[in-house]
Amino acid sequence: MNPSRRGLLKMLAGVTILAALPLRVLADLIWPKAAFAVTDLDGVFAELGGVPPDSDLIQLDTPDIAENGAVVPVEVTSAIPGTSRIYLLVEKNPNPLSAGFDIPEGTDPYVATRVKVAQTCLIYAVVEAEGKFYKMSRETKVTLGGCGG
Amino acid sequence: MAGKIRIRALMKGDVAEVKALIRHPMETGRRKDEQGNSIPAHFITEVEATVGDRTLMTARWGAAVSQNPFLGFRVRGVQPGDELIVRYVDNKGETGQGTAIIK
Repeated sequence: MNPSRRGLLKMLAGVTILAALPLRVLADLIWPKAAFAVTDLDGVFAELGGVPPDSDLIQLDTPDIAENGAVVPVEVTSAIPGTSRIYLLVEKNPNPLSAGFDIPEGTDPYVATRVKVAQTCLIYAVVEAEGKFYKMSRETKVTLGGCGG
Repeated sequence: MAGKIRIRALMKGDVAEVKALIRHPMETGRRKDEQGNSIPAHFITEVEATVGDRTLMTARWGAAVSQNPFLGFRVRGVQPGDELIVRYVDNKGETGQGTAIIK
């Protein structure tokens, strides 16, 4: 088979695969994956379209003091109508964006997890609702850093 | 090491409270072993919880989620007896899965 023909076949196969992708996978493609590699807080906010305004409708539960920064419990509850995604950011971690959670219809705008916190800093919850972003933050003091080594 | 998922899903009124604990090292790639060699990054990048063909939660994680990660969330419109499945994939392409019956 000559190379151009092979190239065309490859291209056609690619188009077929793209058309067959389920919606969920297409959603993956628009998820800002690059944001996880960003190394400063402002850079993450830039990926999310700018520094979002504070919102009292976001309840962020974090410990005031974490003896072990490797395991810091975080709970976020959003009362913002149309909440579709919740992000967790740790201000002074090497990569501030720690996690993002899709909240489909039927799932409460609430999430609980545990994150590593390298040093005393602010933990941010960012809520995406109807295409807009909002945030809430709380300081956690860390007596033993969470990144080890 | 990696792989095992413990899930508890309890109905409280019309809301199911789901708690999942995944056994996984969640290595950041920034730690060194006793010989001073870098320990390669090994962390879960995506977690998905489903009942039937309904997706209840999709989580995207970086390496900052703690070792043996915990994920808690609450869902409506499910019933006791429904089978809940939690799946993950990590940065090495390894996958894990756990199931629980909603009580």
